[in-house]
Amino acid sequence: MNTIGNVTGIIANLVIVETEGTTAQNEICFIKHGDTRLMAEVIKVVGNKSYIQVFESTRGLKVGTKVEFMGHMLEATLGPGILSKNFDGLQNDLHKMEGVFLKRGQYTDPIEMDKKYKYKVLAKQGDKVVAGSWLAEVEENWIPHKIMVPFTFKGEYTVKSIKGDGEYAPKETIAVLTDKDGKAYDVTMVQKWPVKVPIRAYTDKPRPFKILETGIRVMDTLNPIAEGGTGFIPGPFGSGKTVLQHNLSKNAEADLVIIAACGERANEVVEIFTEFPELDDPRTGRKLMERTTIIANTSNMPVAAREASVYTAMTIAEYYRAMGLKILLLADSTSRWAQALREMSNRMEELPGPDGFPMDLSAIIANFYSRAGFVYLPNGKSGSITFIGTVSPAGGNLKEPVTESTKKVARCFYALSQDRADSKRYPAIDPIDSYSKYLEYPEIAEYLNKTIDENWTASVFKAKDILLRGKEAYEQINILGDDGVPLEYHIRYWKSELIDFVILQQDAFDKIDASSSLDRQNFMLRRTLEITDMDFDFDSFEDVGLYFKRVINALKQMNYSVYESEEFDKNKKELHKVLKEQQEKKEATAEGSKEKEEVKA
Amino acid sequence: MEKETKAFQRVYTKLFQLTKATVSLKAKGIGNEELAIVDGRLAQVVKIMDDMVTLQIFGGTEGIATNAEVIFAGKAPSLKVGDDLAGRFFNAYGEPMEGGEIIGKEREIGGPSVNPVRRKQPSEFIPTGIAGIDLNNALVTGQKIPFFADPDQPFNQVMAMVALRAKADKIILAGMGLTRDDYLYFKNVFDNAGALDRIVGFINTTEEPPVERLLVPDMALAAAEYFAVEKNEKVLVLLTDMTLYSDALSIVSNRMDQIPSKDSMPGSLYSDLARLYEKAVQFPDGGSITIIAVTTLSGGDITHAVPDNTGYITEGQLFLRKDSDVGKVIVDPFRSLSRLKQLVIGKKTREDHPQVMNAAVRLYADAANAKTKQENGFDLTDYDERSLEFAKEYSRKLLAIDVNIDTNEMLETAYDLFSTYFKPEEVGLKQQFIEKYWKNKS
Ligand SMILES: Nc1ncnc2c1ncn2[C@@H]1O[C@H](COP(=O)(O)OP(=O)(O)OP(=O)(O)O)[C@@H](O)[C@H]1O
Ligand SMILES: [Mg+2]
Repeated sequence: MNTIGNVTGIIANLVIVETEGTTAQNEICFIKHGDTRLMAEVIKVVGNKSYIQVFESTRGLKVGTKVEFMGHMLEATLGPGILSKNFDGLQNDLHKMEGVFLKRGQYTDPIEMDKKYKYKVLAKQGDKVVAGSWLAEVEENWIPHKIMVPFTFKGEYTVKSIKGDGEYAPKETIAVLTDKDGKAYDVTMVQKWPVKVPIRAYTDKPRPFKILETGIRVMDTLNPIAEGGTGFIPGPFGSGKTVLQHNLSKNAEADLVIIAACGERANEVVEIFTEFPELDDPRTGRKLMERTTIIANTSNMPVAAREASVYTAMTIAEYYRAMGLKILLLADSTSRWAQALREMSNRMEELPGPDGFPMDLSAIIANFYSRAGFVYLPNGKSGSITFIGTVSPAGGNLKEPVTESTKKVARCFYALSQDRADSKRYPAIDPIDSYSKYLEYPEIAEYLNKTIDENWTASVFKAKDILLRGKEAYEQINILGDDGVPLEYHIRYWKSELIDFVILQQDAFDKIDASSSLDRQNFMLRRTLEITDMDFDFDSFEDVGLYFKRVINALKQMNYSVYESEEFDKNKKELHKVLKEQQEKKEATAEGSKEKEEVKA
Repeated sequence: MEKETKAFQRVYTKLFQLTKATVSLKAKGIGNEELAIVDGRLAQVVKIMDDMVTLQIFGGTEGIATNAEVIFAGKAPSLKVGDDLAGRFFNAYGEPMEGGEIIGKEREIGGPSVNPVRRKQPSEFIPTGIAGIDLNNALVTGQKIPFFADPDQPFNQVMAMVALRAKADKIILAGMGLTRDDYLYFKNVFDNAGALDRIVGFINTTEEPPVERLLVPDMALAAAEYFAVEKNEKVLVLLTDMTLYSDALSIVSNRMDQIPSKDSMPGSLYSDLARLYEKAVQFPDGGSITIIAVTTLSGGDITHAVPDNTGYITEGQLFLRKDSDVGKVIVDPFRSLSRLKQLVIGKKTREDHPQVMNAAVRLYADAANAKTKQENGFDLTDYDERSLEFAKEYSRKLLAIDVNIDTNEMLETAYDLFSTYFKPEEVGLKQQFIEKYWKNKS
């Protein structure tokens, strides 16, 4: 029997319910408001009073209304049919909802329980299995979707019977498992899992040791993210967080991309709905939407469901990771999630931490990030979740609780700079402040040098050094004036500009430039560093800028042309011409001075 | 103390608590967010604890006595919507200012949001003739974008101009803390343009209680939804001034003893503003709601909670600034941004639009650097000098708000300026565009 209660208080979406039976923290309940049922979650219990946050508007709700507690936490439904869907934060299929406007109390099935899937058996009778073991697979889009032993199963089970190849629907029992006491359990293609609890159906979670290719130069080249790694993108409004995440979702080398649009703009989600079914996945040639799942809780959707949305997304990612897939999980913006926590904590009159955020904000963020990772599965295969969240710091000031808490746990820091965004140097990732801790991992360095180029990491550090020295030179020039510094400072500055324009800046809206393969990145980095290694001869500081702009222009045209195409070669030749001019000039000067010396002698 | 009047209405006459903005009383069977009339003033339920109901009084509680009459309406705030709204001005409660009734059906204000999968991607360019907007920050139907401006900038004038040129089927003006002069200004401008029949106004002037403002945008957006959803019209909503709206939010939350967040704004400011701005939408059937708002700044500070949260919600912002070098108000190309521009520029406008736009802004940035150098007393290079000259012309011929030309002319003007001051490789356009459009005059 479910516990029943009565509403005794309402403050916005915080509702207080008096009950006689038991209720549990995070338990789901439904308020029977008229002929609708409003979903809510227990967030605090004091005596016989349960404080619940309602995932819907509480307009018109009255004291005395009945509430039914469901005896379980907020759960995700996991099974074939999730892929390519557009869900809300509670995993309702948005397409199945009626009408133009969202109606409260309308909940729809995340997957189609009756749809038949082509099914291939993987396990056999008598097999010993554990939670997460693969029993069978069905075709979901192009993915061999594994039917697994439910994650809630503890210990070892034996396959008593299992259906052979055929066509089955998610709701059908496909296997019967027995536990060590011989008790039998039916297994269907669908399982439920509480979203706030990590799925731990893996045997080992090593340190990440390879990188996830994203196609974005300033990330891959300068501060790569590991497969199974974590990163975050803080930046003031309009600095390019969402564009960067969209670009990642289009170009990163992942099997599946899960996007949690958390408290941001509806039009940005619509952009994905509209474009992804048309765009090609650069790696597979399939449509991007085929590998993408969206969890949308836009800023005008109920605030409490915002918090749920990131957990729903993470749980779906963990489910697919257990199938041995490489998942990229993106959340935009984690600050909105933190704000949802803050709104609720304030309503409950809890003692506030810094900036009014809950005291345990850091712990909540750390727990969430720790669910990402590269894992080995019970069958020896591997899977990964790479997680990148955006952070929207108030006033663009990084000294605020969400940024600081995230910085403690995320291994990559991609700081978007207002200055760079203002001068349209996109993506506006600050090359000096940003970092990837993975570059310091010896296993990652080894991987990079092995797969890209034996001198890769050395080149990367060199490029960073040039950028730093360029910045210092620029500051000196600004303090002392163009004439007040040696010519060498101008050259140093322009060498860093060269790397900035050619490697760091990338046009997300250009078909070709939007994504760059590692091969191509290697070529461009090597070519650029060769130029920075050259000695130059200039008569005045003005010539430095003018000359480098020509070099940059030639290299940029290369970025805009298909790699190794005729056009690319044409631009390469143009670059060669520009460079040769300098060489000749230098030789001429050298000749000249030699002659002078000879004359002297 | 309770007696029944009309069907749903319950009347009480004993207040338990009074604060500057709220009253509390014992009452039963009251719904959250329900409307009530307290001593003749409109109020709304904001909190219920057992049988204690707290009401927010929009007109303030001055003079309300503990025996004031409280009548509950049994419903959330609403507006009568219908074609009858067109050409009329209303107060914050949706009552016609010149008196009379509205013929129409009742629509709840602050209603539910559009299912994101039922939206269409905005794709219709809204030309305004102002190059600072069309060239650098093109607007699109279904977009939400504020002007960020200091109080002394002519934002209401620019907004009225944009509204009239935007070819909207309806223009809905939501005035919050509007001075009476500005209210009359809007009325006159629309009248002179012969556009009054396309206008609907919801006005709270500085003479009226600030908390009443809280109803204004919801009223305006409910009317907008009527025209956009039921009539498939292109609706433009003007919200001015959202900073004054936010001030009213902070007054209420303050008086309800909520823990203030940054700049004494409520912690829910982001959600409160997003709820309004997200009403901007493009519907598949052609109807749309575009929101142009005003957020006044104090001393140009955009890190203040109101502009900051706004920036995180809207699809860009338009910055007005006086350019003292040319003596004109311009749309600042650095801090201004239209996030939806890429949906139309180079697609609905000429192919080279995006590149020309970026190149010009980059050169303008070079000029800004040169200016800093100049101010610090350093010698300028030839390039610096050229970029400074360019910046002045760019400001005068393209950024100034008094420009009124079509997009192709804007692009041509940009090439004129480029070729007057720079060599092609200094501008960095794609080769194909240089070949096609560059005018080699230099
Ligand atoms: N890589 C890029 N190339 C070109 N333009 C870009 C790029 N990144 C961002 N922009 C421009 O900046 C605008 C804002 O970017 P974006 O929406 O990603 O910002 P944001 O950081 O997500 O802001 P918010 O916090 O308000 O959501 C875009 O609409 C686009 O005009
Ligand atoms: Mg964003």
